[in-house]
Amino acid sequence: MATLYRAASPDSLIVAPVDLLTAIYHRASGQTHLMASPAPEILEALAETPLDAATLLGKLRAAYDLGDADPAALIARLDELVETGLVERR
Amino acid sequence: MRHVFSVAIGPVGFRVGSDWRGPVAALEQLYASYPKPQDGIADFTVRLFADRPWRRFFRPKVMIGGDFVLPEAAPLSLEHGLLAAEMAMNLQMALGQRRYLLLHASAVERDGKALVMTGLSGAGKSTLAALLMTRGWRLMGDEFALLDPETGLIHAFPRLISLKNEAIAVMEMGAPGGTFGPLLADTPKGAIRHLVPDHRSVAAMLEPARPTLILFPTFGHDAATRKVAPSEVFVRLTQASTNYVALAERGFTALMRLVAETPARAIDYPDTESAIAQVEALWASL
Amino acid sequence: MGVALDGHLLARALADPASVATLDSAGWQALLTIARAELLSASLAHRLDGIAKPEAAQRFLDDAKASCAQGRLVALWEVEMARRALGDLGVPVVLLKGSAFIAAGLAAGQGRFVGDLDILVPRADLDRVEAALLGAGWEWVKPDPYDDAYYRRWMHELPPLIHRERDRMIDVHHTILPLTARPTPDADALIANSVPLENGLHMLDSDDMICHAAAHLFADGDLSGGMRNLWDIHCLVDDFGIAGLAERARRHGLASAVRRALRLSRALYGTQLPDGWARSGSDDGLYLRRLTARDGWGRQTRPVTRLGFYVRSHWLRMPPLMLARHLWTKWRKQAG
Repeated sequence: MATLYRAASPDSLIVAPVDLLTAIYHRASGQTHLMASPAPEILEALAETPLDAATLLGKLRAAYDLGDADPAALIARLDELVETGLVERR
Repeated sequence: MRHVFSVAIGPVGFRVGSDWRGPVAALEQLYASYPKPQDGIADFTVRLFADRPWRRFFRPKVMIGGDFVLPEAAPLSLEHGLLAAEMAMNLQMALGQRRYLLLHASAVERDGKALVMTGLSGAGKSTLAALLMTRGWRLMGDEFALLDPETGLIHAFPRLISLKNEAIAVMEMGAPGGTFGPLLADTPKGAIRHLVPDHRSVAAMLEPARPTLILFPTFGHDAATRKVAPSEVFVRLTQASTNYVALAERGFTALMRLVAETPARAIDYPDTESAIAQVEALWASL
Repeated sequence: MGVALDGHLLARALADPASVATLDSAGWQALLTIARAELLSASLAHRLDGIAKPEAAQRFLDDAKASCAQGRLVALWEVEMARRALGDLGVPVVLLKGSAFIAAGLAAGQGRFVGDLDILVPRADLDRVEAALLGAGWEWVKPDPYDDAYYRRWMHELPPLIHRERDRMIDVHHTILPLTARPTPDADALIANSVPLENGLHMLDSDDMICHAAAHLFADGDLSGGMRNLWDIHCLVDDFGIAGLAERARRHGLASAVRRALRLSRALYGTQLPDGWARSGSDDGLYLRRLTARDGWGRQTRPVTRLGFYVRSHWLRMPPLMLARHLWTKWRKQAG
């Protein structure tokens, strides 16, 4: 059973784009994160239901113009997001 | 506590208790034109004390205490007692202020609009603010600008202006009629002398102002100006705020609003006259 | 004016909020400063909600509430992150002290400033819990091997861990008093009687929470922070009552500590107790003196009383010979 990833619910976040970056305030933790793509897009894609990495990659490919989507890079981004607490592994 | 002093600086009330008369006498003289805390109740308490009874008299060392303290703070000599008091009050603000978002910045006001100057120590924000005060601007503060999360306005915190080293001579010339404190030589930060904000700045200290320009000045280069992107402003201001995290969501939304609504510029300047000219030019262009 | 400007001023305001009506500005200043020093400013703010007071006092108390609310948020997040790290181990994880009060929404959690996260786990599971925390970003605070060996052998908790990103500490206990201390609580019973929370973690049941607070107050320190500790106990008794408490305290060897704690809580805060619980102990006056040793400037006062309690508290944690050896080794290392 592949690892599922779940993002913090949208109403626990204040998402504010600021020129090239996105500032995110996480209400549950009181932390502020300044993120570059694809992190905000990953959070949005995981907002509704938990997904495994392969499904997430497919969803991102469909929604955005990803050139050469690397599954390993996606796992690395997900690991970073798990460390911040914005994403949880199930 | 043997000697007691209290004062309101902007919207914040302080009381200072001291084992020695000296620091309290200096505070009374320099803050003579300031009001007392509202209702006679201070927001923050500061204590200047001797850690051993004999230290009150024999090679006295002033320990800093109060509501909020840093555990390993080094004591100061009694001749620097005024500095100890100012540092202690700053510390209460830095560690305990919860109502306003603290920006580590100087601020001056004209026509109800605030110019906020921020940057590393030594960039000259205190000196620039003091000089602008002598050129018709109202001084709001030289160390902290208070951002009200409810209104987005800047509130004044006009403590004694802290001039260091070369800036002392600059302001002694620039403000010949000014009220200065004693020259404190050989402090951990070099020579320090305090300048009392002028009457107008003290009288208007409860009037907020709309932030209109955020400036990042850097001293020691040929005159230059550049725009600063909102993301950079946001990061630099959070780094410069001691209570951003403590204010949680209110801090985030207040800072996002400030960054979104206020133009920001970085200026390099070779000397203070140049800086003032650059400021006036920028102000006129906005 | 009646009440001394020491901890009693704070106790009276908490026990009887309407009593602040007689305070002048000096009295208010002292009350607020003492409350802040005793970490009870937000509790006081809640107790004084709706009571007429000077504007400056209301501002002070509003700021205390705001401060407390942010601290609460951060503390609950630590609980959540601990849950994520430990939830799949199949180990009962029992929240202790302030974190438990706020996670469960207890009266004792209202206005409570919470510091580090304290949890209790079975001793047999310590290694797995330690490994899981280290794997999730926590790391050791102190690298000193002597302190580490002492901790693991004798203390009631792992050496302190701090999270490398969030900079917050977690204390993992396997019982609630050091193994070298005189009373030896029944750790298995603490866990067996624990109450599940919505998030899958646990808290102690109410009798054990009161026993823990009493143990912590007397045996785990020199009574500094005692006013706050007793306020916790007062709120817990108010919420849950004390049916079954006597029996439980006896089982943990904490009967005398719990009785004294309840007497002191009644003396300070007017805690309602049935007859038989409130007969005074001969030392109570001395304890009250130590507990309220705070002046209107926020300073700790009564140094002789304080020293007596400090020596006593270390004596309780360690048998005298061990204490001597521990202090000698520490001194040798510092000197050499």
